Amino acid sequence: MQTSLTINGTARELDLDPRTSLLDALRHHLGLTGTKKGCDHGQCGACTALVNGRRVNACLSLLCMHDGDEVTTIEGLGQPGALSPMQQAFVEKDGFQCGYCTPGQICSATAMLEEIAQGWPSHVTEDLEAQPELTIEEISERMSGNLCRCSAYPNIVDAIRKAAGETA
Amino acid sequence: MTEQLKMDAPATDRRLDGMAQGLVGAPLDRPEGPLKVTGTATYADEYRIENLAHGMLVRAPGNSGRVRLANREAVAAMPGVLAVIHDPRLLRNPAQGTANKAPVQDPNEAHYLGQPVALVVAESFEQARHAAQSLEIALEGGAPRPVDPETAAYEPQPAKGVDQGDLDDAMAKATHSIDVTYRTPSHSSAPMEPHASIAQWEGEDLTLRGSYQMLKYNRNELADALGIHPDRVRILAPYVGGGFGSKLGLAPEAVAAAIAAKETGRPVSVALTRPQVFETTMRRSETRQRVRLTVDPEGRLTGIGQAALVSNLPGEVFSEPVLQATHFLYAGENRRLSLDLARVHRLCAGSVRAPGEAVGITVLECAMDELAEAAGIDPVELRRRNIPEKDPESGKEFSSRRFREALDSGAEAFGWKDRPATRSRREGEWWIGYGMASAARINVLKESRARVTLAPDGTARVETDMTDIGTGTYAILGQIAGEMLGLPRESVEVVLGDTDLPAAAGSGGSWGASSSGTSVYVACQAIRAQLAQRLGVAETDLTLRDGQAVFDNRTESLAAILNGDEIVKEGHVLPGETSKAVRQATFGAYFVEVAVNGVTGETRVRRMHGSFAAGRILNAKTARSQCLGGMIFGIGMALTEEMAFDDRDGHLANHNLAEYHIPVNADVPQITVELLEERDDWASPLQAKGIGELGICGAAGAIVNAIYNATGVRVRDFPATLDKVLAGL
Repeated sequence: MQTSLTINGTARELDLDPRTSLLDALRHHLGLTGTKKGCDHGQCGACTALVNGRRVNACLSLLCMHDGDEVTTIEGLGQPGALSPMQQAFVEKDGFQCGYCTPGQICSATAMLEEIAQGWPSHVTEDLEAQPELTIEEISERMSGNLCRCSAYPNIVDAIRKAAGETA
Repeated sequence: MTEQLKMDAPATDRRLDGMAQGLVGAPLDRPEGPLKVTGTATYADEYRIENLAHGMLVRAPGNSGRVRLANREAVAAMPGVLAVIHDPRLLRNPAQGTANKAPVQDPNEAHYLGQPVALVVAESFEQARHAAQSLEIALEGGAPRPVDPETAAYEPQPAKGVDQGDLDDAMAKATHSIDVTYRTPSHSSAPMEPHASIAQWEGEDLTLRGSYQMLKYNRNELADALGIHPDRVRILAPYVGGGFGSKLGLAPEAVAAAIAAKETGRPVSVALTRPQVFETTMRRSETRQRVRLTVDPEGRLTGIGQAALVSNLPGEVFSEPVLQATHFLYAGENRRLSLDLARVHRLCAGSVRAPGEAVGITVLECAMDELAEAAGIDPVELRRRNIPEKDPESGKEFSSRRFREALDSGAEAFGWKDRPATRSRREGEWWIGYGMASAARINVLKESRARVTLAPDGTARVETDMTDIGTGTYAILGQIAGEMLGLPRESVEVVLGDTDLPAAAGSGGSWGASSSGTSVYVACQAIRAQLAQRLGVAETDLTLRDGQAVFDNRTESLAAILNGDEIVKEGHVLPGETSKAVRQATFGAYFVEVAVNGVTGETRVRRMHGSFAAGRILNAKTARSQCLGGMIFGIGMALTEEMAFDDRDGHLANHNLAEYHIPVNADVPQITVELLEERDDWASPLQAKGIGELGICGAAGAIVNAIYNATGVRVRDFPATLDKVLAGL
């Protein structure tokens, strides 16, 4: 099935089996293995990528649903030697151990900061009308779709706070 | 040239303390970090290999009967299908850690629901998945099998128990005593990277890109399963997406991929699905533990009893070593510890992070909390009064033990003195309580090898088949080599995860860092000796720093000393007398504040602190992260994690991450960790002990004890879910 989309700024034409998920298209057909497969069920967040700026579980949508979309993967956020502030903060704060959930965490965190900037409330936001603050509770709540079995959660929160300070 | 060290005597020279580079112990970033945060670190199933085919395992739908592939021909004819493999060499059970030979094979008979029985191989992942889902497995001639450990036949494990003094008499005479029974459910390692292998043959030589913790064993297991010589097998695992025990031994996808690649003449990738990770790799056994404790009027333990029931598949030798640290943690002359192994047809039981102590010490620490309550003694004080002078069973000295300091320092850091009376502090709907527990884990050194090359330009390379499963191996081996050779961290390259390199201990049992680290130390020591020889000075008079050698009030660069040569040394460490002469273990203490909702029974961990002593810390940043990880595993154990088995056919009902609840970010507070200064000369010449598992060895007990302090509800059936807490409110 023919699909045209932009991935990390590059236009791509793909003609794949319609059963191919966005995740498997990235991993099996485009060599973009930074997006990880942890469950293939939308339960762990390891496959988080950005579609038109919003975070999605790439395992839960088919490639053919993304005709015309702009997809950003972890490889599009930064590279070794040119890390994004969020990537750099994850390194410094040890926001990972095995590293497998990490690209998903970083894509998720990057989009999450944008959601807060746009004033989106979360389950723990007290005042739904006010601009949410970047508290530990807000970060933890909003990052709970990204599982980490090494359990780097406290360091992930520290990394996000550090990156937010730098980008703010 | 190989330098060998057999650890027969304590390393009292503490050479690392006299080195000048200042790397060991420093909280340095992981050198592979930039690769991991950009998605460019390459895990097992991420190699672009031409002509790669995809395989998908198919599981048994029951736990008994002969396996028949009912529609094999139809599936074989599906689009893209290359092979339907039902080969007697396929694994029935995963391999136990350090098995070093093939585990139980043969998919022709079903023994547990979820057991792999066939592999479907196709051109694409989508075709393989569809075809595998279409393959009908019939089980013929089956009969009901025991699946409930508490009613199944069991085998006593006397080698793991002890019967010393007279516990019954101690119970009868005790000033205070408790006799309680706890239960812990099975746990899944649930690493984020599902087990995956890409197998590729070149003639009779097999290369397997896998996700494994202990490559030297895995190579032998794979070769034995295939019936080929280990020299024909190379395993590559430079990055491993978590293991926690589930990748110690070979899992079914590796053998399946190798067979499929041979049969199709193509490289084949087989990745387990998440449900298959749950069903075909190890579970931690559930436990039933009866604990009896007795104290005299001064609060000194006179008796300790722990009788544990665990389970495994028939024929499997692994029995969860529940009693491992109970043998030495506390004093008490009358001791009866026993372990029974029930035989059930549930998926295979094996090592999950800190086998033994994770559940054994957790339950012992809950019982100690009950005893403290019964005796009217503060829980920290009860533990302080019962630190034995020597190993209470063997009479051996402890190698090093800062247990009392961990209790005191942790209590101080946490503010334990403000602990409320039971069920006395309420904030709105929430009951607030504090709990604590001790941490204890055995320490082990294993045989390990590494090669260190000092290049003519004064840079170094460390090579070993050791793995980094998130544990920090890349960081610490570079720090040890840099420290010993006087090189900045960035001048040392660390190459791991390749069975063509010298064989290491592997990542497991908390022994990886001290064992592989010692092999690097030994190799570097030999390089230092050679440098000293070239300079005509004693090795101990040589100071190496920033690529320079300082000796006899002179300074010379390593490059000048090497004069175009390279020095290559292999370090080889073997455990020796120090493993037997003394009791080696790591210790610590956890402190927790919880809030328990008085309406719903929900528990939130508000604060958590751990103080730990594990010998020399090699990297304060990665060591802290290991402790955090263990403690958060403890939060899961205490509150949410439970493998739920159907009592009719033993199948795992919650085989995915939506129903098996590991902690998420919102479940975890900003935990604090204190690493106490310690040197253990008996453990290794690094004076370091293991730290990867200490964080989980009792942590869940501290949380459940805090729930009691908050609410007066004693939950003895883990995890402390809302229904169990609410029933007592």
